[in-house]
Formats: sequence, C-alpha cells, structure tokens
Amino acid sequence: MLLIRCPWCSEREQTEFSYHGEAHIARPATPMDQTDEQWGDYLFFRSNTRGPHRERWLHAAGCRRWFNLLRDTATGQILAVYRPDEPAPAATAG
Amino acid sequence: MPSVIGLTPMDGVTPILDARPARRAAQMNRLAGGGGIDRSRPLDFRFDGRDYQGYAGDTLASALLANGVRIVGRSYKYGRPRGIVSAGPEEPGALVTLGSGAALESNIRPTMIALRPGLEAFAQPSPAGTGPDPLGWLADRFSRFLPPGFYYKTFSWPRRLWPFYERMLRSAASAAPVPERPDANRYEHRYMHCDVLVVGGGPAGLAAALAAGRAGASVVLADENAELGGALIDEPDTSAGCAARTWVATMVGELDSLPEVETLRRTGVVAFHDHNYLIAVEDRGDAAAPPPAQRLLKIRAREVVLATGAVERPLVFPDNDRPGVMLAGAVRTYLNRYAVMPGRAMVVFTNNDTAYRTALEAAGAGARVTVVDIRLQPQGALVRQARAAGIGIHPGHVVTAVRGRRAVRGVEIRPLTDDGRGVGTAAEELPCSIVAVSGGWIPSVQLFSQSGGRLRFDSDVGAHVPGEPSTLNRSRAAGACNGSFSLAACVAEGFAAGQAAAGGGSGAGVPHPPPGADDEEAALFLPHVPGQLPGKSFVDLQSDVTVADIALAEREGYGAVEHLKRYTALGMGADQGRISALNGLAVLADQRGVGIEALGHTTFRPNLKPVRFGAIAGPHLGPSFAPQRRTPMHPWHEANGAVFEDTGTWIRPFCFPRPGETIEQAVRREAHAARIGVGLLDASTLGKIEVQGPGAEEFLDRMYVTTRRGLAVGRCRYGMMLNENGVVFDDGVTTRLAPDRFLLSTNSSGAARVLRWLEEWLQTEWTDLDVFCTCVTEQWANATLVGPLARDLLRRVTDIDLDPARFPFMSMRQGTVAGLPARVFRIAYSGDLSFEINVPARHGLALWESLIRAGEAFGLTPYGTETMHLLRAEKGFIVVGQDTDGTVTPVDLGQSVPAGTTRDFVGKRSLFRADMLRGDRKQLVGLLAADPSLVLPVGTHLTDTPQPVPPVPTLGFVTTSHFSPAVGRSIALALVAGGRGRLGTTVTAYRRDGGPHPVTIVPPCFYDPDGERRHA
Repeated sequence: MLLIRCPWCSEREQTEFSYHGEAHIARPATPMDQTDEQWGDYLFFRSNTRGPHRERWLHAAGCRRWFNLLRDTATGQILAVYRPDEPAPAATAG
Repeated sequence: MPSVIGLTPMDGVTPILDARPARRAAQMNRLAGGGGIDRSRPLDFRFDGRDYQGYAGDTLASALLANGVRIVGRSYKYGRPRGIVSAGPEEPGALVTLGSGAALESNIRPTMIALRPGLEAFAQPSPAGTGPDPLGWLADRFSRFLPPGFYYKTFSWPRRLWPFYERMLRSAASAAPVPERPDANRYEHRYMHCDVLVVGGGPAGLAAALAAGRAGASVVLADENAELGGALIDEPDTSAGCAARTWVATMVGELDSLPEVETLRRTGVVAFHDHNYLIAVEDRGDAAAPPPAQRLLKIRAREVVLATGAVERPLVFPDNDRPGVMLAGAVRTYLNRYAVMPGRAMVVFTNNDTAYRTALEAAGAGARVTVVDIRLQPQGALVRQARAAGIGIHPGHVVTAVRGRRAVRGVEIRPLTDDGRGVGTAAEELPCSIVAVSGGWIPSVQLFSQSGGRLRFDSDVGAHVPGEPSTLNRSRAAGACNGSFSLAACVAEGFAAGQAAAGGGSGAGVPHPPPGADDEEAALFLPHVPGQLPGKSFVDLQSDVTVADIALAEREGYGAVEHLKRYTALGMGADQGRISALNGLAVLADQRGVGIEALGHTTFRPNLKPVRFGAIAGPHLGPSFAPQRRTPMHPWHEANGAVFEDTGTWIRPFCFPRPGETIEQAVRREAHAARIGVGLLDASTLGKIEVQGPGAEEFLDRMYVTTRRGLAVGRCRYGMMLNENGVVFDDGVTTRLAPDRFLLSTNSSGAARVLRWLEEWLQTEWTDLDVFCTCVTEQWANATLVGPLARDLLRRVTDIDLDPARFPFMSMRQGTVAGLPARVFRIAYSGDLSFEINVPARHGLALWESLIRAGEAFGLTPYGTETMHLLRAEKGFIVVGQDTDGTVTPVDLGQSVPAGTTRDFVGKRSLFRADMLRGDRKQLVGLLAADPSLVLPVGTHLTDTPQPVPPVPTLGFVTTSHFSPAVGRSIALALVAGGRGRLGTTVTAYRRDGGPHPVTIVPPCFYDPDGERRHA
C-alpha cells in the first residue's frame, strides 16, 4: 500500500485516496464541434504509459481535494506530487 | 467412464483410521533425556479418536511422532497415506482439523500447533478416498485417469453429464470440513510503525535486530515460531550446555533490555506491500487463551531486514511420499528440540553435507543409520566425522524404491550412472523405518520477491536468491534467505543489515556466533532420480503432482512456469509451494533441456501462508462492519412496527404493517391512502448538496441536461446529471435558494458520489469558477406529505400560504411547520400533490410526531420505501441504478436533447455519437402482462419469439415490477431494444420458472398520464 503525500495533508495511506486515471486530458472547448473520432479520443484513449505517468488522485477520505502524481507505473515509485494549478513536472522529476 | 469409479468414494466421509478402542499409547519414540520439552508436565490429547500423551513444549507433530503415529492424513488426489514431513510452516504432507463446532479449524499444520491439554485433532478426509485403505488404493490405481488438466479434459464433455461432475468437484473441493457455526474466537487489528522491521528471528535476524536496536532505532522483530533462534535451537543439547542456545539466550536477553525493541513470537509476516507496508499474523495461542486469538498486524516500517531463512529441499524419487520419508533437518529438530526419534533404523538420503549432522546425531542417539549420498566422492568434514563414527555411506547412489505403503519398511538403492541420467542394475535393499532426505536448502525469498526485488538463480546454491532490490521499497535480505548459509556469514550479514537499516552504528561489537563446522562441500543437484522406475515420484505432496505429471503437462504445451502451475496445481496448496516449487522448476527444466535460470519462476503472491478470515475481518463484524445511518425519525419508526430495509448505508422503513397484516397488505393500504387521502414518507435520506458562489448558476448549467439558467429564487427544476459518456448518473431537483445559492437533491445513496463528481469538475477542469459545494444531507430531516389531502393537513400546522396560485408546483417556501423553522418544497415525488417539509435534523422527530398527531383527522398513513417505489413506478418515474444501468442515456429514457451548440453540458456531445443514435438502443417502456395478476420478476428477459429455442437474442429486461392497486393490475417498467417503436406490440417475457408469457409494450406511465394530479 503506497504512502502518498497529499499536498494539503502530508503523508497518508493509499486507502485514503482514490485514483482517477491519467491527468492533463484537456476537455475540448467546443465539444459539439468535435468529430466522433476526436470526441472518442478524448473520452477513451489514454497513453497507458509504462514508466513515469502523470495521474490524478483524490484524497477521498481526507481533504477531498484533487491533486496529481508523477508516478512510475512499472515500479510504483512516486516521483512528484503537485496541485492541479501547478505546472506539470518533467517526467524525470524526483 | 472408469474415472468415475475411482472417484465415487468422495461421497462418503469416514474416519481415516479404523475405529479402534480408545487407549493411551506409550510415547515409544521419546528419548530418555534431552530436548526442550518439560517432562514434568505431561499433556493428554486426542488424535482421530484415540488418546495420547505428550509433554509441554511439544508441537502436535512432535507429540504424534513420539507416539509412533505414522499416518496423519491422506493425499488430496490419490488418497495415499501421508505422514509428517517437516517440523515447520512448510509442512506439505500432514494437514489436520482441530476442535469442533464453533472452535473448528481446518487445514492446520500440526508442526505449528503447540500441544495443549485436551487438544483434539482429526486427520482430514481426503476427497479421493477416505476409508482405511482400499478406497484410497482404488484412486491410486486409477490415477492414470486423473492426469493433470483432468478437469478441462473430462468435464467439458459430454455436456449433459456436467451436473454430475459439478457435484463431484464440489465434494472434492471441500476436503477440509467447513465450520458449521461462526468462529467463536476474537480477533484484533494492530497498527505498528517502526524504524526497522526484522522478519525472522534466526541468527541473522537476531543480529540485525541487535545492531539496529543498539543504534537507537525502534525495532520490531517478528518470528513465526514459538521460540526465537531459528535453526540454532535445533542444535544438540550437549552435557556441557548448548553453545547455540546460550548464544540465542544472550542475544534475546540484550534485545529485551533495549526499550525500543519489541520481539514478537508466533508472528508470521505474510505479505510485503508497497512502501514497506507489511502484514503479519500474531498467533496468541489458542481458543483456551484469553482473547484475542490472533492479531493482524499492519506494520509500516521505514526499513525492513528480511532474515527469513531457508527451508530444506526434498529429493524426488519413487514413492517419496510414504509415511516415514522426512526432511533430514526436521528429523534433527525432532531429535534435539523434542527428544523424539521418529524411527530406530534410518536411511539418510542426501546430495549435500548438512544431512550428515542428522546422521551423526541420530546415530549418537542410538539409531542404526546408513547414508546414501548422490555425490560420488563426498569428502567434507561432516562426512569424515560420519565415516569415523562408523556410519555406512553409499556414495554415488540413489534411492530407487521405497518399501511399505502405510509406513516405510525399507528402501532399494542403486548406483547412479556416470552421466547422472540413469541408474545401474545392481540394487541393494536397506531395511529402515525412516528416510531422512536432504536436497539442499531453498532460501525463503518470497517476501523479498513480494517487495519488488528481482530474484536470480544461483547455481551454487541451486536455488533463487535475492538479486536487484526494489526501487520502491527499502528492504535488504540477510543470512540464509540471501543464500548465505554459514552461521558466521548469517550473523555478520544480519548485523551489517541491521546497522545499515538503522542508519548508523559502528562496525564494532559483532556478536560472536557459536562455534560450528562450516566447511561444507558443494551439493550435487539432480532434478529427480532418473530411470524407468515403478512408483510415483512426487514433486508436490500437497497437490499430488508427480514428475510424470510435469512431463505430461510439458508435452501438452504447458511448459511455461505459470502454465505448469495452473495445469497441474503445483505449488497451489496451503503450503504455497514453499518446498515444492523449486523441484517443479528443476523437473520442468530437465524436460525442456534448459537450465532452471531460463525458466523464471512463478509469482510469490501474498499471503505467504493461509490467513484466517477471522483475522482479516478483525473486529469489523456485525454492527461494526459498516456504518449504519438512521434518520432523526427512526425511533418513531421502530416504536410503530416498521419493517426495515437497508438502502445503501441507510436503514429505512420498508413498510408499516399493522398487527395481523401481511407486508403485501400493508403496502396496498399505504399506497391506497397516498393516492386517495394523505400519506407520510420519511425522505430524510434524500441527498442534499448546497452549491454556492458567483459561479454557481453557470456551473450547474454545465452539469445538468436541463438548463439551470434563469431559475427564479424559490423555484425548483428537475434534471438529470450525466457522466461524460452521456450515461445518466443521477437525477434530482434543483432549488434556487438565493441568486448565488442552490440546493441540489440527489438519490438517497448518491450524495457522496455526486458531491465528488461536482468537486472533480470544479477542482480539475473549471478552476476559474468561484463555487463551493457542501453536503447537507444530514443537516435536514425531510417529512413528505403525499396525496390529495396533503394541503388540507399541512394548512393546520403551517404559517406558509399554501394557495396554489401563490405556492405553485415546483416551488419552495420558507416558514414554520408545527412551530419549527422549515423549508417546504412542492414537488411531485409520487405524481400526486405533495409537500416535502425540511426542518433542521434535530427537529425531525418533533416534526414527524406533530404531523402524525395533526393527521389523525385525515387518516394520515405513514408509508415506507416499497410504497414509495410503487407510487413512482405507477408514474414511470425512474430510479437511477434500478431502471438505468451504465449504458442508459436521457434519450433512452425518452427525454429529447437539442443538438445545438449554444449550450454545452457534461455528457452532451456523447449523446450524438453514432452509437448513441442507433434506433435499436434499449429504451424505457412500460409493460402489461397478459395476466393482470402476474408480477414479472425484475430481470425477466423479453424475446421476440413466443417459443424461443436457445440461443435467443434478448430484447431487454424488466427493471421495475409491482402490483398496482391504483391501476388495478400488475405493471412493469423495462428497457427494450427500440422500445418506443414497439408500443402496442406484444412480446414474450421469458421467465426462469414458469416459461414464456405474453406482455404488451406500453408508454412508461400507468397513472394520471397527463400529470393533472400534481397540480391540484
């Protein structure tokens, strides 16, 4: 079970958090102008990265705030923690 | 089918041993002196209905061996007699059941159970054969009909026999008796945090704990045995005092003196999870001990030292499972720790030097010992000692047969050919009652592997050893589990690991290990005794996997290690393959003509050994299992005969039956009252979320299908919330409390989900919107008056003007009700005139009781969730999650959504994807069964054909179904492919019990279709 450093609450057990997939998936500004294929890409297609991966987490049983992790999906190592309003760190951070 | 003949005996369950008159047997195998047992405290116990005696300090296994009990169980597949093989947690042969009734525990390894007075144990019945012998013999003889992959090969054909096979398999699966009553034991969970967790209390673990403790670290040392010291406590007890035990006592004494060191005995670490989170089970003794029986420890350690030791590797030869074939190290343990000589005539069969210790010590204790050594010219110090002691040694020989079925009577040995791939013809018989085998030592690397460390195959050790460590977890291996077997190396490695884990300390003060002979020669590894020999050569005793099985699996294409495991069940028993997995790999590598290192290894998954469900559940049982939410009116419901149901975490009245009334009658009465008079519903569970801020209107406009823009203060609007796929996620009413303040209602079980959904968009997507969301579900109690008389009743208790012109449908007014501050919403929750009265939760009960009193004159009838669902079903009001699933869009439910680009909301674009526009999507419709009294079961499938022949494509299924008193017949809602195009047509409902039944598709509203009544 991972120990995750919530940017607002410090280090807590993984059971307090929930995982919400890849971060930085931009929502199209005008969805109705999107083709089915474009919209499908937005909805369903993810990078499925092996290695450093920017992903969204929610401190669900805590402060209930979203934040992002840069986490190596192969090793589980957490390379960086950052708030949604902070710039995404480089993939080699940590 | 002959295989059936072999398996029929599964049905019966009879004692494994003959029913013999109970009598106390003497401890014929107990030595006159020595051992760690307390001879002044004899303990009586029973095994399979017979009385025996052992001593305090015995395990059940040592006590059984002391009494000469050979057969302790029968094997899983062939029903072969099995005895005790090991002295520890790796025991693969004997599994027993303890106690009975609520204290029954099955799949217990007798090697791990401390003997206690009155202990009662039973050999576990084998599914393959349970009688004294003949039935097991039958299964054994017919074993050619039980090859690996047997289930896949046999049971899929012929299909009509499947029910028979299924019964057979089920009885096979329940070899161990299942407790009939709940576990009477108490269990606890304990959270622990420490600087250094040391797993294993052998020489390396003790040294590591000491080094870390001396450096000032907080240390937890966990060992699964009752006594610390690991293999050292198996050393012989000489008259001069045991140097090994003295060393252990000194180490433990110093550990006990360090305040930051906690030592835990009988505590097996079973799992290594991410970020140094480890799970251990602390066995606190037994049912007779004060509760709790076990503690589940959840340990977060800054650093972990794995000193998990090694287990002895068996040798693979024909009939190596006969009772009396034991691991050489285990024989030593029984000799030295328990003063038990399992047999007076012993053959030691080995490929390495360590088994010579067993030979020497057994001979010293009076046994007649012969050594059979695979190696051609063993010359190590121990070998020389054995030779000097006059022990006969047969170098370059292997055991090619074991004599005796129920107990070893002797072995046949033959020379190994020079290439090691065959045996010579010159056979010699050696009579014996014990075969002590040693195939080398297997480092216990399971936890290291679980930690994310990579294993590498070390050909000197002949096994996998820790390689590259995990990058995620901070752990290090030391001692035998690291492939370092000499005592001096174990102590030095352990001490260094402890120091490094504690982050300091000088190199000085390494405790001197007790003296011991460490110059050992290399072992000679042989996958199995070669040659075309009769008998079964077992690799995995617990799953009954033989060399021939592995060869067959490989021939049939299951030669990858993970395939082999699943095809043969190798390593899948309660022992998790601790001692069998490596031999399995060796045999497979030999079959494939490659090295073991080329095969990899199967994954070592948590848990390392079986963990009781009780320990996992801990105290979280019954009322403590999950939180239960009750509304403020709950005491009234309880006092007035409500029947309750669980809806999510809430406990709600299902109905309020009067004395003598059935539930069905109660629901009809309640529903009738709510339609013609006035009913009262406790709707406090309805989710309520306040959304405030300058951006609130804009935000909600993006979240609901129906716009929230322009909603006047005090007005309400229904709407559906979608996920981004366009699927209905929640529905409810939004009320504008103030220009920048809204109240959302959500499904009773959906408030948390909806709040999270809103927050996700605000926090991650629209961070520019100035909006705050607060869940106020539990701040408000809600009593809802429903029915034509609702206004007349409410007028008696409120100062709010209820005139329909000034308090229209879908609006909210604030005032007092029964003298309490209230918000009253005029919302058609059931389709009739209704008022939802919200008061602060602390006034909920007072409001309810006031309404009940005021309602007496109106025949006010409280109703529960069943009537609520019925009333809503009559109107075709959906329940999200009941009438919808993860595919249903608002369009499917009959709501039109304009395609324009002027207003966007979450999920809108998805509603216009090609797949969403298909005409044959499942749509919400009503159903009327041909028989008006027939209430179709929810989930009933609908088909196009009256006489369906499988496979039948389904049109859809019933989602809600009731008998409606107001309509005077049964009604149902359903999701039907292209349903709105089928209105008026008849399809077939195919009931699981009862066959086909014609139903007519109608619009999904059965009562007051024009919605006149809610405007009353």
